[in-house]
Amino acid sequence: MTKKKFGASLGVSLGTVAALVVMCVVLSIMNPNFYSFNNIMGIFKQTSFNALLATGMLLCLITAGIDLSVGANAVFCACVMGMMVKAGMTNGIIMLIVAIVAGGLVGTINGLLLTRLHLPHPFVSTLGMKNVLWGAALIVTGSQMVNNFPESVQWLGKETIGGFPVSFIVVLVIYVVMHIFLSRTALGRSIYCAGGNMEATRLSGINAANVLTFCYALSGVMAALGGIVSVGRSGICNGANATQPYDTDAIAACIIGGASFNGGKGTMAGTMVGALIIAVLRNGFTLLSISSAVQNVVLGLVIIGAVLMDVTRQAMEAKKRRLAAK
Amino acid sequence: MSEYVVELRNATKRFPGVVALKNMQLAVKPGEILGLIGENGAGKSTLIKVLTGVHKADEGEIYVNGEKKEFNNPNDSAAAGIACVYQELNIEKLLSVTDNIFINKWQKKGMLLDYDAMNKKAKEVMASLGQDVDPTKQAGTFGMGVQQMIEIAKAVLIDAKMIIMDEPTSSLGEKEVEQLMKTCRELKSRGIGIVFVSHKLEELFELCDRVTVIRDGEYIDTRDIKDWNNDSLITAMVGRTLENQFPKEFGVKGGAALRVEHLEEGGVLRDVSFEAYRGQILGFAGLVGAGRTETMRAIFGADPLDGGKIFIDGKEVKIKSPRDAIAHGIAFLTEDRKGQGLVLMQTIRTNLILSSFKKHSKGIFLDEKKIEETGQGHIQSLRIKTPSIDEIVGQLSGGNQQKVVIGKWVNTDAEIFIFDEPTRGIDVGAKVEVYNVMNSLVKAGKCVIMISSEMPEILGMSDRVIVMRGGRVMADVERDSKHFNQEDLMKAAWGGTLDD
Repeated sequence: MTKKKFGASLGVSLGTVAALVVMCVVLSIMNPNFYSFNNIMGIFKQTSFNALLATGMLLCLITAGIDLSVGANAVFCACVMGMMVKAGMTNGIIMLIVAIVAGGLVGTINGLLLTRLHLPHPFVSTLGMKNVLWGAALIVTGSQMVNNFPESVQWLGKETIGGFPVSFIVVLVIYVVMHIFLSRTALGRSIYCAGGNMEATRLSGINAANVLTFCYALSGVMAALGGIVSVGRSGICNGANATQPYDTDAIAACIIGGASFNGGKGTMAGTMVGALIIAVLRNGFTLLSISSAVQNVVLGLVIIGAVLMDVTRQAMEAKKRRLAAK
Repeated sequence: MSEYVVELRNATKRFPGVVALKNMQLAVKPGEILGLIGENGAGKSTLIKVLTGVHKADEGEIYVNGEKKEFNNPNDSAAAGIACVYQELNIEKLLSVTDNIFINKWQKKGMLLDYDAMNKKAKEVMASLGQDVDPTKQAGTFGMGVQQMIEIAKAVLIDAKMIIMDEPTSSLGEKEVEQLMKTCRELKSRGIGIVFVSHKLEELFELCDRVTVIRDGEYIDTRDIKDWNNDSLITAMVGRTLENQFPKEFGVKGGAALRVEHLEEGGVLRDVSFEAYRGQILGFAGLVGAGRTETMRAIFGADPLDGGKIFIDGKEVKIKSPRDAIAHGIAFLTEDRKGQGLVLMQTIRTNLILSSFKKHSKGIFLDEKKIEETGQGHIQSLRIKTPSIDEIVGQLSGGNQQKVVIGKWVNTDAEIFIFDEPTRGIDVGAKVEVYNVMNSLVKAGKCVIMISSEMPEILGMSDRVIVMRGGRVMADVERDSKHFNQEDLMKAAWGGTLDD
């Protein structure tokens, strides 16, 4: 298998990989610290959180939906664990389980709002959910930052093996599993079909409502994992973080990686490259001591640019199709 | 002054890898209706796009009233007086009729839009097309027929010398078609040339003065309508003689695979009962909106029923979703192929297994080898023209897309096949192939139900016909009955009763 074919079979465009490589080279030239072992590992650590959120986001985007509550959900799940710490609990395993169940539950509610109550677009329900979770995160922690999490809770986000962050290893495993799931199982294929044509999928005997609900539920579980990683990385949980632009970073990773707001498209490999691009960008800004205000501006532009790329790509593909159909 | 209002000479248009038009000719006289017909993929769309300036021909000339023109974009073509009513209407449903007609050609009074004048003019133009409508109402509140008239009104308003109508009747009901034909004759009497693209031969015979046939991007022939007949048109179109437009074959009548009793659905279906037998094609005739599609959707579990019973092979079943229906051996090929039948952005491979994931899985994984095998089998047996099984379905022609949908349902091993307008918008050759699929299904002892709005198709293929009107079953006619003819079936469809 040639290299190009390999990339294509994973579903990641060479252009995106090239963009990542070029960014790394440029940053290495501008600041040699960039390619130090510690910095690269730091990037991986940073990528983990966003890559987890982006996993669920990707599934929702493929179904032509969106989950704007992933960031708030992650913070909420972290705060649920914080609440348990405040209440004097010391069993980390129970905290982890509760967090994952809470995240999955929130995601399931998102899915049910969309498919059973027929809210017009998940944009509405998940945006509402984001605010609910923000408030809930503050309520359960009494608007206080919480630390002193048990080691078992922090392990995932903190631990490294030979300097290599465990969180990123877990993310890689999840990405491989999800890649196989999306490309080689019936449910995975159904997700793409539901995104491409919901009605045709339903009339083909696939329970499209359940497929969608599954995507949002999984998005919730991934958000909970993200919340756990964030606790390990920072040692604290902070409900105020629910308003951070975590969702936009996740969306950006997916779109840069080839997903489309119109649904039906997107791959795990592409999303990984997208998440790495975001992390490298943020890391580069820090290395070059660019203020966080400017970072926000540039990242916002990158997202707009990525959507623009998606639109242009679609226009070009449509044109190609038209020409081919003649 | 030329004899023709618009004349296209020796147009050639190449796309990467294909010659879409080769020495194409088209000449339209003022005040005539010229039929344009060709199989799907014959080059009709490209021809229309060259005339409307969407594509620029690589070679060839366009003359308007004898004057040579060059169209670099749609505006040039419109300025020369060529308008086109596309199959997919460009109607802004939320805007008023007036807004739609005057879009981009606003009449102003000073800085402001002059709605009084525009509404008045819009009402006039629509009235001249036989439509008495309130132009201030939203366009979307009107039916397809009126919406189409809005498009024609736009053309009239720019003083079009020639109007191209691309399959204008494909989405219209019987009455609306009649009105459209009347309007065409009215436009003709005003000296406007009309190019009328249609797949329905009887419409061409009713309406057109001359008919031009094209095939494989090449001009074949133009004759006065009196010099054409059904057979010669079809022969010219497909380039070979089709033995029989409806290659009906008979199966052996078996038991009632499907029986429904007293189906009710809030005002849409009223006390619908019928039986469909194995080894037979049961035709469903009726006007658009008679409740035929609604009946099938309800049986298939796509819409909820308010009452009634469904029996399969004599056993009562509860069907709550399409998933249940498929589990009970029902397949439903919907009339809206693109909207409800296919995932256009996915491959043939995926679309073929959309209803049979389980059959094509090994454990939790899809069995790509088996998918490839059955897929290639369908591509060959259904003669799907495609470079590969991994082709995006959206890129296929209408006929080939329909074959993919058929393949999808054959894959489910269903016993009851419901085909809703299975040959709509596909070319003559592909139609025959669809009929042959139905033949082989009934010969294999399966039960086929076919909804069709084309009387010849109903009469040609059905063993028995049920006529519906207003959500009720009006008549149930066997093939050997004296009522098995167009007049009687139409009579029933319009509400008349048939004697015994």
